[in-house]
Amino acid sequence: MAALTLIEAVTLALASEMARDERVIVLGEDVGVNGGVFRATAGLQQRFGAERVQDTPLAEAMIAGVSVGMAAHGMLPVAEIQFDGFVFPAIDQIINHAARLRTRTRGRLHCPMVLRVPYGGGIHAPEHHSDSPEALFAHMPGVRVVIPSSPARAYGLLLAAIRDPDPVIFFEPKRIYRLQKQEVADSGEALALDVCYTLRDGDDVTVVTWGAMTYETLKAADRLATEGIGCEVIDVATLSPLDADTIIESVEKTGRLVIVHEAPRSFGAGAEIAAVVAERAIYSLRAPIQRVTGYDTIMPLFRLEMEYMPGVERVISGIRATLKD
Amino acid sequence: METIADFEIKYSQFLDPEGEPQETLPAFARDPEELRAMYRSMLLTRIFDAKAVNLQRTGKLGTYASCLGHEASHVGIGAAMRPEDCLAPSYREYGTMLWRGVGMHEILLYWGGDERGSDFAGPRHDFPFCVPIATQCLHAAGAAMAYKLRGEPRCAVSVNGDGGTSEGAFYEALNMAGAKQLPVVFMVINNKWAISVPLELQTASRTLAQKAVAAGIPGLQVDGNDVIAVRHWVERALERGRNGEGPTLIEALTYRLSDHTTADDASRYRKREEVEAARKLEPLIRLRRYMNAQGIWDDKQEEALTRECIAAVDKAVERYVNTARAPVTAMFDYLFAELPASLREQREQAIRLDGNGAGH
Repeated sequence: MAALTLIEAVTLALASEMARDERVIVLGEDVGVNGGVFRATAGLQQRFGAERVQDTPLAEAMIAGVSVGMAAHGMLPVAEIQFDGFVFPAIDQIINHAARLRTRTRGRLHCPMVLRVPYGGGIHAPEHHSDSPEALFAHMPGVRVVIPSSPARAYGLLLAAIRDPDPVIFFEPKRIYRLQKQEVADSGEALALDVCYTLRDGDDVTVVTWGAMTYETLKAADRLATEGIGCEVIDVATLSPLDADTIIESVEKTGRLVIVHEAPRSFGAGAEIAAVVAERAIYSLRAPIQRVTGYDTIMPLFRLEMEYMPGVERVISGIRATLKD
Repeated sequence: METIADFEIKYSQFLDPEGEPQETLPAFARDPEELRAMYRSMLLTRIFDAKAVNLQRTGKLGTYASCLGHEASHVGIGAAMRPEDCLAPSYREYGTMLWRGVGMHEILLYWGGDERGSDFAGPRHDFPFCVPIATQCLHAAGAAMAYKLRGEPRCAVSVNGDGGTSEGAFYEALNMAGAKQLPVVFMVINNKWAISVPLELQTASRTLAQKAVAAGIPGLQVDGNDVIAVRHWVERALERGRNGEGPTLIEALTYRLSDHTTADDASRYRKREEVEAARKLEPLIRLRRYMNAQGIWDDKQEEALTRECIAAVDKAVERYVNTARAPVTAMFDYLFAELPASLREQREQAIRLDGNGAGH
């Protein structure tokens, strides 16, 4: 067992599954010789060859569309979109084809592909390199939206995503690619999709989050613990389909809900979670639901990005707002 | 300045509109059985197409995209392909699909608003109809990539129209296929009209075949009303693909004699004289003239075949109109391999409200 960063765990999962299943093909811009701009595919082409780790022309719709064709014809493509801001040309292929091929053909064809997308801000990147578009994809029936928030979950969830017989958009929080190391065994064991992971138990307030915001949230929970406030921190992990049961169960215990995400607030995934809790557990709530999110603005360039991103203080103040009474 | 790159685009026609051979016919076209089989398929397609338009006009079918005038292009593609090859059609290649074994009742089911039409019993690996323009070119390239990786001697064929050549997906697919030398054939059925937009507003390009040049792949133009030319050149392109020689773009020149779909009225934007002139070039007449001249087809055979095709179409229509609606659960049960827990409640609701509330 080795201590790995989140991105090293991504690489390990790719290598592990490529060794296990020859149908797995990695493709994308700069994933081959260069090993990916973030190094997620480092060493894979040397090990598995240029046919299984393919540098493609620079065209995101093509990367997604060719993946659809490969997936429908017996391969398991794992495509990399270099940055969040470049995934938009691929959306046509995701919405119109990947997400509905099984439905459209009544199961005759299906689309077991993974689109890996490094996403989110906080790394002082250039323009169009720091968006959080997960809600756009979560709104699309027929695709899974999976977001790891630790090295172990990156490894286990990516294996699960590759093995899943349906398309998965796998958003990787690039800000925490190298933030922490964690022991990750190359066990070949996938983690469950479609379930939330409870990272910390607490009785006073439920804090639901995902991606890089889990770190801010856990730090906030640590701080509040010194005041005797117990936060139950839930990492959603699979944003769609949403495991509402785990969230509802926690809210029924704590009576308070805070949702933390980096993406803009309005019409975001936090709104969906708040709506589900309102529908199913409103009488368990002892305080209004709070959302701690990015602003409803264009993601600013990096001199202002930390003002946009929810940090520990904003998370703490969101949590405190539920504890006034 | 010196010329560092140059290109030429070749055009091929075997039978002219009068049915006169313009050059020595390829071997398959010297076999009367082969010609009769293609003619049968073209006539069946035409009779099916007319029936489908009538079904729409009488409220028994949804919006339908007619293929009138495209029969030679479509049947030529089908006749050139092998069963194990893969078709990625747009939404009116009935001639190709019928040749490959898709049922007429299945095509009607699709336009009749039922996904089961795309769960056809025929070539199970073919892609379904593709309404978003030219996106299927990428699927064909992807399937071709799968074949190449597995070392299978198979090809993929995508089909799109002249309007589709303006789409990014079209060019991205050509470029990718060229860069990776994929076994794929890109068919462009140039019928001169993208709904109401004529070719000259679509592009300044003199041919659509030359769009291949920038992708570094061969491009050629054929008479799309000449089934022999279409089949011959698609066969050659498929051979190239199977031999590892990479992709080909073929532009088939034809004309959309019908409205774009039954929801369109082409008289709003194009002249009757233009359509009438195009009708003289249509594909069935010339093959029939040639077969008549060769003494391998006569009026009696024509009559018998027409009767046979009408009967086959009627049988398919009967099967279509007698197909009961799918269960309401179908919209949930094929979303994912397994129904996610989060959808159980909605599925139950749909069952509860079936025919009794939801959307009525």
